[in-house]
Amino acid sequence: MAKIWIRQAVLRALDDAMADDPSVIMMGEDIAAAGGPFKVTEGLLAAHGPKRVIDTPISEMAFMGAAVGAAVCGLKPVVEMMFIEFIGVALDQLTTQAATMRYLSRGRLTTPLVVRASAGAGQGFGCQHSQMLDHWFRGTPGLKVCVTSNARTTYGLLRSAIEDPDPVVVLEPRILYAEREEYEFDRTYRIPLGKAEIVKPGKDATLLACGAMVRVALEAAASSKADIEVIDMLTLWPWDRETVLESVSRTGRLVTLEEAPAGTGWGAEVVSTVAVEAFGSLKAPPHRITLPDAPVPYSGKLEARYLPNAAYVTEQVAALVSTNKAPTPWWRNAA
Amino acid sequence: MTISNSDSPLARREALHDRLEQLRRMIEIRSVEERIQKLFAEGHVRGSTHLANGQEAVSVGIARSIDPDDIVTCTYRGHGHALALGVTPAGVIGEICGRVVGCAGGLGGSMHLVEPAVGLMPTAAIIGAGLPIACGAALAARARGTDRVAVAIFGDGSANIGAFHESLNFAAIQKLPVVFVCENNLYGEYTRINLSTPVDDIAVRAASYNMPGAIVDGQDADKVAEAMAIAVARARRGEGPSLVEMKTYRYSGHSRSDPATYRPAGELDAWLKRDPINIFAERLTAEKLLEADGLDQLKAEVREAVEKATAEVLDSPAPELGEIMSHVGAHSAGGDRRHHFWAN
Repeated sequence: MAKIWIRQAVLRALDDAMADDPSVIMMGEDIAAAGGPFKVTEGLLAAHGPKRVIDTPISEMAFMGAAVGAAVCGLKPVVEMMFIEFIGVALDQLTTQAATMRYLSRGRLTTPLVVRASAGAGQGFGCQHSQMLDHWFRGTPGLKVCVTSNARTTYGLLRSAIEDPDPVVVLEPRILYAEREEYEFDRTYRIPLGKAEIVKPGKDATLLACGAMVRVALEAAASSKADIEVIDMLTLWPWDRETVLESVSRTGRLVTLEEAPAGTGWGAEVVSTVAVEAFGSLKAPPHRITLPDAPVPYSGKLEARYLPNAAYVTEQVAALVSTNKAPTPWWRNAA
Repeated sequence: MTISNSDSPLARREALHDRLEQLRRMIEIRSVEERIQKLFAEGHVRGSTHLANGQEAVSVGIARSIDPDDIVTCTYRGHGHALALGVTPAGVIGEICGRVVGCAGGLGGSMHLVEPAVGLMPTAAIIGAGLPIACGAALAARARGTDRVAVAIFGDGSANIGAFHESLNFAAIQKLPVVFVCENNLYGEYTRINLSTPVDDIAVRAASYNMPGAIVDGQDADKVAEAMAIAVARARRGEGPSLVEMKTYRYSGHSRSDPATYRPAGELDAWLKRDPINIFAERLTAEKLLEADGLDQLKAEVREAVEKATAEVLDSPAPELGEIMSHVGAHSAGGDRRHHFWAN
């Protein structure tokens, strides 16, 4: 099997989607002539032409909004936010305009658009270029949010997102772009939005993760004495209640591993649902491993501590499984 | 020509080619807004409303200059534009009263009027939101090989938000078929333009984007239509966007709760002397299209039609509770379908 860079899975998904559907267009900064700052759109301009692969001014509100207008008029725009933080100046167009179009027109107008963005910490980009920010979108009815975790899920989620009739945000952990992996492309491969995947079965605890944290979870599970079930959430909204509740009903323990500040992480909603609907199966309190409620630090030493690593996750899960009490996060006593 | 309440939005739009109907539509807009104020007092309207009385010539002048499959985005001061574009009085009044007969089925309210059949996107409650969306509609029109244009209608207040700059710049660099229409009614919410904007004419800003800018008497429906025709033709020819500024005035305050006491003495009276309905009625009289008592007759006729529409609205039920969840996404709409303009 061929080894590819994960960024090639992004490129391939976009290329195939544009070839398969002439209504797909792309807009973003430096995506066409320059091929994208992370090389995920390299060659698309040559393959599909300047009418479909459009370099925009540095005007996120303009091209995010143009995607809304184009979607309502029958195109399927895919916009690239170079860093997910850039959407802050354009949020209205996604969360207030795109997300309510179907509702306000009672289904007569829909906005099938995709916002894809590089996201996440770990590379020393500092606090304004390193967040996941999924919570900006999860709270908005009408939007879907998913997070890619490897070459296969990148291809499968992107193809599904582009085919979805509603607005979808796809967060691509930037730290994974330059990872190499064995993967054979299958043009028909899709991952249904709203479905999670059990990536490693286990019986002592359910460990939920998404994005770059899936690798950390798998590494932690591999080095744990306990038998950990690892689930890749894939879609954070709407999230897969069925798969999570079924898993917890077997393992009796739930741990979420979130690249998100504690106060806004996706695990809060998951834990609340599990506490209510699987209360009887729980042997231990659900536990959330999150980032501290602090901006992403720049210094390599601090960022390495800020992001959960496999050793820390192993230790936290082991404490939960052996005591059936939730361990204290490192940052609670760090201040 | 008499248009009845039962006519479709499309039929109402096509009827607008008739000069008398143009006058009638302006009277209808005024009359519907007056009725809405009364309905508010009677307890049938929730939240707020944003009236545009005094600006009727802009609405009708624009609507008669574009086709029903050209796309229009508009702000929350949109009752007049919706009616001019073709939404029925019952569709507008019904929406504002939250009834199923409303053009958004009662889900939107005064700020969110919509009618895909005549190109009207849901009007937006966010200042500037419609400008980038119009750029996208224009982009799609071109990508799909049509000569459709997009019209973004916004106020002078929107000329100071980032979306204005980003959209005009983007449209110009892409040569998009968009007409940016600024209704300059001198007030952004409660604040007079001289306190918020360092130029008197928004149109001068067109120069920064290398596009034509026009200053138009917004109280004269014919002048509005003339200026629109030039900008629309340019867009259709693929020569790019224009900025058209309509000088106009809103007789009321910003919203339901604003008595507009901040206006300088005499300003309103001066504008009332240039009422768009009177200006157009005088012109039709001169053109011998309107009899001596024709205006009064038309007003009485329209008032009666608006009363009928109001009765229809008040007879119409509130939406079913199931509507809350039915239009959130394809999953709740029970299908995987896309719906868009120009679907045929």
